[in-house]
Amino acid sequence: MKAIGTSSGIAIGKVLVYKEPELIIELKQIDDIDFEIKRLDKAIKKGIEEVQDLYDETLENVGEEEAQIFNAHKMMLEDPEFIDGIKSKIKEKKVNVEWAVKEVSNQFIELFENIEDEYLRARALDLKDVSKRLLRELLGIKSTDLRTLKEKCILVAEDLTPSDTAQMNKDMVIGFVTELGGKTSHTSIMARTLEIPAVAGVKDITQITSNEDMMIIDGSEGLILLNPSEHEIKVYENKKSEYERFNKKIQQMKGEKSISKDGVKIEIVANIGTPKDVDSVIQKDGEGVGLYRTEFLYMDSDNMPTEDEQFEAYKIVAERLKGKPVIIRTLDVGGDKDIPYLNLPEEMNPFLGYRAIRLCLDRTDIFKIQLRALLRASAFGNIKIMFPMISNIKEIRDAKRILEEAKNELRNENISFNEDIEIGIMVEIPAVAIHSDIFAKEVDFFSIGTNDLIQYTVAVDRGNQDISYLYSQYHPAVLKLIKMTIENGHKQGIWVGMCGEAAGDEKLIPLLLGMGLDEFSMSPSSVLKARWIIKNTSKKEIEPMLDKILSLPTAEDVEKFIDENIIG
Amino acid sequence: MFKEEIILTNETGLHARPASLFVKKASKFSSEIIVTKNGKEYNAKSIMGILSMGAAKGDTISIEAEGNDEEEAIKALINLVKNNFKE
Repeated sequence: MKAIGTSSGIAIGKVLVYKEPELIIELKQIDDIDFEIKRLDKAIKKGIEEVQDLYDETLENVGEEEAQIFNAHKMMLEDPEFIDGIKSKIKEKKVNVEWAVKEVSNQFIELFENIEDEYLRARALDLKDVSKRLLRELLGIKSTDLRTLKEKCILVAEDLTPSDTAQMNKDMVIGFVTELGGKTSHTSIMARTLEIPAVAGVKDITQITSNEDMMIIDGSEGLILLNPSEHEIKVYENKKSEYERFNKKIQQMKGEKSISKDGVKIEIVANIGTPKDVDSVIQKDGEGVGLYRTEFLYMDSDNMPTEDEQFEAYKIVAERLKGKPVIIRTLDVGGDKDIPYLNLPEEMNPFLGYRAIRLCLDRTDIFKIQLRALLRASAFGNIKIMFPMISNIKEIRDAKRILEEAKNELRNENISFNEDIEIGIMVEIPAVAIHSDIFAKEVDFFSIGTNDLIQYTVAVDRGNQDISYLYSQYHPAVLKLIKMTIENGHKQGIWVGMCGEAAGDEKLIPLLLGMGLDEFSMSPSSVLKARWIIKNTSKKEIEPMLDKILSLPTAEDVEKFIDENIIG
Repeated sequence: MFKEEIILTNETGLHARPASLFVKKASKFSSEIIVTKNGKEYNAKSIMGILSMGAAKGDTISIEAEGNDEEEAIKALINLVKNNFKE
């Protein structure tokens, strides 16, 4: 079976189909009330033990805050109103305990759900959980508890929620196969974080397989083999050890310098969205942060983050990276990223509209607050400021003028900051790439944002599935713009980086090295592999191929040329 | 029997974390404890009861206890509310 590989690697093992068991509750008239009540007491006792275990485990493995939910579950299982309600239902109506549990739970759930209140709605969910736990206990249905997996398995599910993966025993799950999802779904991201293979988009797989089936998954190829033959298992065991050997080599890249085979030193840094992401930057040995997307600070909040809140976030990233470069991009919203409290107008063409620096230069009140926070944080590490969506020289000058105002304010307030803070722009609009020799005179660095640069160059909305075949980082015109930007930057004596997906693309890395790119910024998980590629590539060997590559007619030709002449 | 009235002054009212602190405190006593709001009675030891009461900032509730430790119970619960649930 072929589907979408969302996390690379190979897993061979037993299937575990993860499905919520169906709870069928029948109404029964009973005579022995005491018997039913004893069953209830027993189920409650067992339930309390279970949630206590969950609490302890979560506290140890995840954290206090996440564990609290099980404390709330415990309180519900001990709740006199709830328990007495069930008991009186059994006594008065002479019904079976299952039916009473269901009825009383539903009453409370309905009550909570009908109150316009987010907190109570969440409690309704908790109560549903608690009620299901009791019913499973009473019906003798075993739910697959992902926490207590005892055997290594490949988890097969419709999809996994963040709470599923949070509670899962991570040592026992060797791969994911899901019916839903794609590269960016939660399950896929989780798989890449855990470094286990995953395949998504496999239709009906929870119907087709059952527990104890053997399965091979190849996350690099998006392949699944159900109940493979001995021969197939042997083939994949070899592939697996090959992959692991390669992976080991990549892990050895930790602590190494990013220097090409012919001695060219470059920088491999990481993209982050929140201060928490710094964990993985450090773990994957990123040489800094090439793109800190500050919009999440604004998007994850109901109101404008204050100067102090922003300062704290920027400061902590700068401090944790201990003098390594941290490039912070100023607010980049609009387009596909909305912030409700800004009340942005709806547009016909949001990607060509009021967004990023355009918004900031209009709403200088918002912009100034961010710049002040950035400057204040610059006293605590190596922060550089980057402006997104620049299309025009005047925008750079205006932005720098406002930055100067912010600096003056801080000087007057005797607040320290880095006087020589570096200023750069994203090169993501073709006009800037074409005119980059002139733009380079205005700034300290360029960072090529390939995601937008491609979409604006080939006029393809990158979110539109129907035309996605036209969107390619191998398009020769895009590559020409990249090369031109790098050369023009160097002519003016500034360094040039890249922070789009392309910077972490194993096929493009050699090409970009050949073009002279100074800094590659990518998701933390790609850093070590990129370093390995750089160490095994010689810039001098790539350079003479560039003219040939850039003169190829199509993106497919470029990709093929790379496959045949550079990779492998 | 002990009884006292109090106005909720904390931001969240008898809700979320405060509600759970209230129930936990009440559960430490053996007395029967009832909270009344707008003439309706709720069991102080039941998180579901307290939550469904929906008491917000500015609401007046009365707490009533009956049993061996009724006096301490009322004192402790009134103190908890007075201190805005900061212990």
